[in-house]
Amino acid sequence: MTDYPAANAPLLDVTNLQHTFQTGAGRVFAVNGVSFRIDAGEAVGLVGESGSGKSTVAKCLVRLLEPSGGSMRFRGADITHMNERSFRPLRSQIQMVFQDPTMSLNPRLTVRQTLSEPLRLHKTATNGNLEARLHDLMGLVNLDRRLLGRQPHQLSGGQKQRVGIARAIATNPAFVVLDEPTASLDMSIRIQIISLLRRLQDELGMTYLFISHDLSTVRHLCNRVIVMYLGQVVEEGPVEEIFTNPKHPYTQALLSAVPIPDPARRGQRRRIVLPGETPHLTAPIVGCPLADRCPYVMPACRQGTIPFFDIEPGGHRAACLLYAEDRDAVAIDGSAESARVSRSEASGRTGSD
Amino acid sequence: MMQETLPQLNPTPGAGHSDANAAAEPLVRIEGLTIGFPDETGERFVPVVEDAGFVVHRNEILGLVGESGSGKTQTSMAILGLTRRPGKVMAGHVIVDGVDVVGLDEAGLRRVRGRKAAMIFQSPRTSLNPLMTVGDQVARVYVRQRGMNRRAARAEALAMLRRVGIAGAERVAGSYPHQLSGGMAQRVMIGMMVACGPDLLIADEPTTGLDVTIQAQIFELIQQVQAEARMSVLLITHDLGVVAETCHRVAVMQGGRVVEIAPVEELFARPRHPYTVRLLGAMLRPDRPSGDTQEPDPLPERLDIEVGGRRYEAVSVDAWAAAGVGLPMTIEVAPGHFVLCHEREDGADAAETER
Repeated sequence: MTDYPAANAPLLDVTNLQHTFQTGAGRVFAVNGVSFRIDAGEAVGLVGESGSGKSTVAKCLVRLLEPSGGSMRFRGADITHMNERSFRPLRSQIQMVFQDPTMSLNPRLTVRQTLSEPLRLHKTATNGNLEARLHDLMGLVNLDRRLLGRQPHQLSGGQKQRVGIARAIATNPAFVVLDEPTASLDMSIRIQIISLLRRLQDELGMTYLFISHDLSTVRHLCNRVIVMYLGQVVEEGPVEEIFTNPKHPYTQALLSAVPIPDPARRGQRRRIVLPGETPHLTAPIVGCPLADRCPYVMPACRQGTIPFFDIEPGGHRAACLLYAEDRDAVAIDGSAESARVSRSEASGRTGSD
Repeated sequence: MMQETLPQLNPTPGAGHSDANAAAEPLVRIEGLTIGFPDETGERFVPVVEDAGFVVHRNEILGLVGESGSGKTQTSMAILGLTRRPGKVMAGHVIVDGVDVVGLDEAGLRRVRGRKAAMIFQSPRTSLNPLMTVGDQVARVYVRQRGMNRRAARAEALAMLRRVGIAGAERVAGSYPHQLSGGMAQRVMIGMMVACGPDLLIADEPTTGLDVTIQAQIFELIQQVQAEARMSVLLITHDLGVVAETCHRVAVMQGGRVVEIAPVEELFARPRHPYTVRLLGAMLRPDRPSGDTQEPDPLPERLDIEVGGRRYEAVSVDAWAAAGVGLPMTIEVAPGHFVLCHEREDGADAAETER
């Protein structure tokens, strides 16, 4: 990997990221060779189900976990194994909003104390302008400044998450990792938080990595989507491409499982059901991670590493041999032929309006 | 806080989704249900469910939706007589297949639980006995509820595990709950409850914590066992997508009140209560591009309703105190479509109620 000149570098460049956990039951391969880039100003959704490794990727990025392999570059600088001292100046630039605001806010601190801490630590505010900066922050997240004196238990769930967001953006970060920030909130609150995040991005020019299993929210917040399954990226592309033209059989199954709140469309959708459940990984996967559950599996799917194939210009690509240019080389026994036919049927029915 | 007269939600025949049910007495009839918990002084009871009413027809899936604190779980627990102290049912009736559960003693409740109404919960793994194999737990249901001998019960348990779609039923029957995935554990719970042969299955957010692909499988299973056994299902959820794809009718709760009931297509197409309008407006549709999702405009807190020349208004429950409304009443605005309203006082400011 050559060094990017910092000016042209993507904001974040992740290459072949690996993370393994040692558990009582053996080694778990949580993240297995994940590569992606995020440019400044993007809102990227990282989606997948339990065991996909999406949260592990997020924790590696904010350095809550140490990667077992691969590299992560932020504005061209290698942060993969940077020690805490060298990383500290970057911490103000890379922030995280957590899933459960009740768990991630210190219950004994007032909102004022919670928000002052990052401002002081990263010297974003001086004593002279601290109060003004706090008021700015509260205004940005639509909280009444009178709430500054409250403790978390005196706030509603939505207010707490707004404080969580205010804390993350207090240091004017360039990059914010959002780990399921709306999962614990009621629906009417969820839409407010999503609109707030969109507005903050417009106003402050932040870049988001939004970790979520809630595909509706992803469609409304993100402009690009990365789909993970069993520790690997299986598909990525512009958000509308992924939702209307999903190509990887896993993405198709995932999208077809999302309930659509429209009784008029009931019975009109074909659900693509993958047999079985996501297995636990105790060995690195050879071939495609979905091979054991995929309706279109071919012998070649169980060999080597499945490369990405471009689906559309603009970055829509899928790691699936169904899209190999030279399909004859792949289709050893003709099963790819039938797979192509049923795939075109499948793509017709998973699309949406 | 309590009302003297309890207006009832009293769906007329025809409210059900099929003509066959319409004539029959509904399986469950809840009337004027009020459940309270003591306040800090312990002297007064604060209602968490107030004057709630709806019916569950035979052979239908009724969705009960609302946000946290709306009282939907408390209402469903009352059907099984499971209101936990210090909470108590302060008024109303919960009639399950002709038996009023309110005030029933433990022996009476045991005859209702399982046979007439059974419940699956949010966390199947904690609802199962951790010390007993899955097969033995399902078999025990057949021994206790159906009076079978152990051998027959075992065979039935295996058949049930297969029926709820468990691959390798023999192997799974010998495993313990902690060895199951969340989706498998919920399948086992559903199998156990269906084994009781209940007329009503209550499912309280049965897919919380499960992945979306597994959630889809569980709801398909619930629809399948409902249709096979022709039982009724009360599905408690906050997910309107699930409601749209699974339920026949929907009851919407807000602040302990049932504010609107309608067949599912009708509710989504023509919501009349401001809270339902707000809920539907807060949906993020997975099947539509985002466009310019802006912070939604504040929605109206009251909406006009006119039925048979009389004027009513539906008022968001959280605005009742400020609005100084009188006693609420349930109005049928279309066949099977009920809305909790207040009578318009003469001279009410019409501009206020504009959408």
